[in-house]
Amino acid sequence: MTKKVDARGLSCPQPIILAGKAIEAGDFPIEVLVETVTSRENVRRMAEAKKCRVQVEAIGDEFKLVITR
Amino acid sequence: MSERLTRFFASRWGIILTGVIIGILASLLQKLGNPPNMGICVACFERDIAGALGLHRAAVVQYIRPEIIGFVLGAMMAAYAFREFRARAGSAPIVRFILGMLAMIGALAFLGCPWRALLRLAGGDLNAIIGLAGLAVGITIGVQFLKSGYNLGHSHKTYPAVGWIMPVVMVGLLLLAIFQPKVGENGAIFFSESGPGAMHAALAVSLGAGLAIGFLAQRTRFCTMGSIRDVVLMRDYHLISGVGGLLVAAFVTNLALGQVNLGLFGQPVAHSSHLWNFLGMTLAGLAFALAGGCPGRQLFLSGEGDGDAAVFVLGMLTGAALAHNFALTGKPDNVAEGLGGGLTPSGMLAVILGLIVCLVIGFTMRERIQPETTEAQPTPTGATFGK
Repeated sequence: MTKKVDARGLSCPQPIILAGKAIEAGDFPIEVLVETVTSRENVRRMAEAKKCRVQVEAIGDEFKLVITR
Repeated sequence: MSERLTRFFASRWGIILTGVIIGILASLLQKLGNPPNMGICVACFERDIAGALGLHRAAVVQYIRPEIIGFVLGAMMAAYAFREFRARAGSAPIVRFILGMLAMIGALAFLGCPWRALLRLAGGDLNAIIGLAGLAVGITIGVQFLKSGYNLGHSHKTYPAVGWIMPVVMVGLLLLAIFQPKVGENGAIFFSESGPGAMHAALAVSLGAGLAIGFLAQRTRFCTMGSIRDVVLMRDYHLISGVGGLLVAAFVTNLALGQVNLGLFGQPVAHSSHLWNFLGMTLAGLAFALAGGCPGRQLFLSGEGDGDAAVFVLGMLTGAALAHNFALTGKPDNVAEGLGGGLTPSGMLAVILGLIVCLVIGFTMRERIQPETTEAQPTPTGATFGK
């Protein structure tokens, strides 16, 4: 099952904290929804630093990041 | 092309370049007329704007600082150029307002925001080390709250007009700065005739520097508070490499311009009351951490449509007014008489009360984090939305 994290509307650094907890729990793949490019880049950088692969998809003016290991 | 630029700005070199440019511009602005040992100080400059509008009547710190206007408008231009302007608001605005007020009271006890603390250090003012230590302690306390579930809740998308309010206010301030209208003999606007408020680079130069910094900082998410928070929270050195760039570039530029003056006592617009330098910045750091950004970052966010960051900025303006009206600000060392400056008893009380209020906010706005193993349900915060 895909783990889903909805971080839309949450300000920095909440999206990273929530996505980070999901990565630590290890339930891949993880889908993270974010609203801003800032959050998109922050989550992407954090996930890549944790040796994960990140695919980004734009959905309207929001973003879905799929994190796998 | 736009995406490649975005990736560059999000890279380590992007943030370092931004820090270097801010450091050089700040030191150059000092050479071109901005107050010594300051260059650019977001808190001091917002305080000067509050004074120009007559929100406080400290005659030596009144000027509509074009740098602040440039920060917001430059960030707005970058946000529009890269399609990132998103009007949003509604995440605990009254708490953000209070945090802005308290952050300003703490910063003015030290006499500077985190930007100025770095620039003071780059100019040889060793009091800045104590201020930065206080800042780090305040942010570290804030990180403990973040780890235990503290957050200000969701913002929501809203009308573009909401996101436009702060940029429009800044255009209004720019018109006031250019035309300098005087409404009656004792009426606003006020511009200092002596003191730090009277020291400034030419309007166009300050505005240009502000626009450039606002543009770059919006792209790279430059944030001094965030830099320390990210190191403490997750050993992420991305933002702090930009802050390092600022410090090194400002120091080298100051050396080249003969603006380094090593010492503790008698530094311009600064005091050497160590305890209150430390505690003032502890308060500021905690308030910035709870609000999610340093004062510069709050300005950039307000330029890209974030109405909550705009409320924080208005809180800072109000905090500046209260700090001067109630004599809460740090008094600079008096070099002529060899007297050390520092805080009045009311200023000390304000810093202590501010710390208590921040702690209460931190303790009472924590959400129990759902265990990752539970069946995820939609929650009010939307932390998880299904499994």
